Amino acid sequence: MTAAVGALLLGGFWSGGPALVEAGGGGSLEFQQWWEPELPDGELRALMDQFQEQSGIDVELLSGPYASTKEQVIAGAATGTIPCVVGLDGAWINELAGFGAIADLSAIMGDAGYDDSQLVSQVQVDGATYMIPVVNFIYPMFTNDDLLEQAGVSDVPSTRSEFADAAAAVTELGENSSGWILPLSLETPNGVQNDVMAWVWASGGLMLTDDGQPDLTNDSVRSAIEYIQGLWDAGVIAPGSFTMKEQDKVEEFTNGRVGMMIDSLAHINLIRENNPDLTFSISAVPAEDDYTGERGIPYASWGIGISENCDNKEDAWQLVEFLMSADVNTTLSSLSFGFPGNTESVPDFVEGDELFQAAFDMYQEVNPTNEFVGLPVAEELMRAFGEELQSLLNGDQSVDEMLEGAQERWMEEF
Amino acid sequence: MTSTVASARPGTGSDGVLAPYVRRPGRGGAALRARLTPYAYVSPTVVLMIVLILIPVVTVIYYSVMDNVIVNKHPAFVRFDNYTEVLTSPEFRTAIKNTSFFTGASVVAHLVIGLSFAMLLNTELLGPGVKALFRAIYVLPWLFTVAIIAVVWRLLLNPNGIVNYLLSSTGLSDGDIEWLSDPGKALFAVTFINIWAGYPFFMMSLLAGLQGIPGDLYEAAMVDGASGLRRFVHVTLPQLKPIIVAMVVLDILWTTQQFALIWMTTGGGPLDRTEMLSTYTYKWAFSRYEYSIASASAVVILLLSLVLAVFYVRHQKARD
Repeated sequence: MTAAVGALLLGGFWSGGPALVEAGGGGSLEFQQWWEPELPDGELRALMDQFQEQSGIDVELLSGPYASTKEQVIAGAATGTIPCVVGLDGAWINELAGFGAIADLSAIMGDAGYDDSQLVSQVQVDGATYMIPVVNFIYPMFTNDDLLEQAGVSDVPSTRSEFADAAAAVTELGENSSGWILPLSLETPNGVQNDVMAWVWASGGLMLTDDGQPDLTNDSVRSAIEYIQGLWDAGVIAPGSFTMKEQDKVEEFTNGRVGMMIDSLAHINLIRENNPDLTFSISAVPAEDDYTGERGIPYASWGIGISENCDNKEDAWQLVEFLMSADVNTTLSSLSFGFPGNTESVPDFVEGDELFQAAFDMYQEVNPTNEFVGLPVAEELMRAFGEELQSLLNGDQSVDEMLEGAQERWMEEF
Repeated sequence: MTSTVASARPGTGSDGVLAPYVRRPGRGGAALRARLTPYAYVSPTVVLMIVLILIPVVTVIYYSVMDNVIVNKHPAFVRFDNYTEVLTSPEFRTAIKNTSFFTGASVVAHLVIGLSFAMLLNTELLGPGVKALFRAIYVLPWLFTVAIIAVVWRLLLNPNGIVNYLLSSTGLSDGDIEWLSDPGKALFAVTFINIWAGYPFFMMSLLAGLQGIPGDLYEAAMVDGASGLRRFVHVTLPQLKPIIVAMVVLDILWTTQQFALIWMTTGGGPLDRTEMLSTYTYKWAFSRYEYSIASASAVVILLLSLVLAVFYVRHQKARD
């Protein structure tokens, strides 16, 4: 273990800085991301070839699954060897900016004279932009229409009470069916963000104070946790939550064993592919019964940034600008079934598909919210919250103790 | 009577008195080459060991006494503060406890199952074809990578998985056991998976050992009227002892450092029920970015492993 940790940390010292070499007439960039494996074969490469034709800059794609990309980016940040252009998740930004591993894009955009008003959003730390979301994926509620119909639920739940009733009705069907599914794996603790905090944000609540400090003991969070505990005690949550991951959740829903789940829009095609007979709908996450304000909905992004050690940030910015241009961003969001990071882009899939049209309409109405973006050690915060929540659901502590425990653990990290 | 006094050693005169060594012209280069040749042969290994083991280990030890390296651009020397942080944390004690159970149970089961299967495969009651078939079946778990083992067992032990289905269809349970998610069962479940994945290595090694035991030892024991149990205790076990000791020590080392299986099945949860030293260290490094504390934890694991490694080396030397 010692040698392994050491070798990983040392790995970059001998490999030099991010590569940008002269090749032919233009330079050559490395672009590390997890997007290529998630896009149809050859599509990202085709975009890079298009970029090379325009700019003369060759792009080498360094692709891998999300988890290994994250580890490589963090290890690369530690050793100053992140490739020039890098795919980012908002949850990593605080650390990467703190390491001094990623460049201040505000300054680069300023130097390039770029009009950032066309960007849907920017992720900032201390007022400086470090990540630009290229494609956004919202996390609406998916409902298994057949199961709900069998359970006598005619309307998709839009309030917590309706949701609890529908979940109970589906669970009562028996045959291994459950009303809701809640992944709380501590290996990938993003269930806390997507499946737990979704209930807080849907009712306009927040988990942070105005100045960005943890505020887990507020009424909104307490209400959501009490609600989840109620669902747990009612036995309407699918078994196996404590070690369940996002892919397990999608699989259970796809196999028709779960009535409702909160999940990424990006999985619509996967569900259709794996179970073409499943009829399902998407809608906003239910809110508190008396809530009438704007609903928040979790989102995640394929973000992009530039390495601080990149020798030629101008070339790297050209690639970022290319991916954020209206046409290319339309293509990329269409291919990934996400929503564009450019305000002028409208993805193709919206026009030909009822579900995606509904999702796009929802995207216009709701408030995409993700308070974990930009937080320090965001994944560790989710894990700490998940551990406390598991302890609550296991009957080891009360809601007050759980929230105070999580608040205390979060404060230690801020 | 004449006598001839032969030179006792090169370099001594005929009278046995040491004569000054005179280097013969042209021989110095060859002698030097002869002396350096062995070093040249081992140098690639030495270089690799320095680069892949010595430098990383020394670096991690250095990191472990500094104030959060990498994140902190100008880390300061903090003596043993990181070790204090690790050794006094309740999570570390939990990790020690879980790792001890996981390792102890795994090693004992690996030995018992491995030895049992090896003896079954060594029997003379079965034909070579049947034995070859069972050898292939028994060794199967060893052919899978950890990632595949984790995925397969997650599917099998899923609440809606085949294990629960079989148990409920045979009336042994009501079919809703959460093997990996129940805090009371998770540690046993991952230990079971590790036992399943690791026994073939014992089995194959012990089978090789069994096949090397001379048959006349058993014949002599039988002539003396020894029962099957006594032959096992007084012939088989003593003959296998060197292999068993080596295997047990190596298995303890490997199992203590098992990371991928735990991480991919439970992630150290539910709660902290399957938190191991490896997952505890990983979380410090790659979830909290506290590389110095992670390094201190890694050094503690290194020291614990060193104790076993020293024991293993001494045992090997004693054998030789």
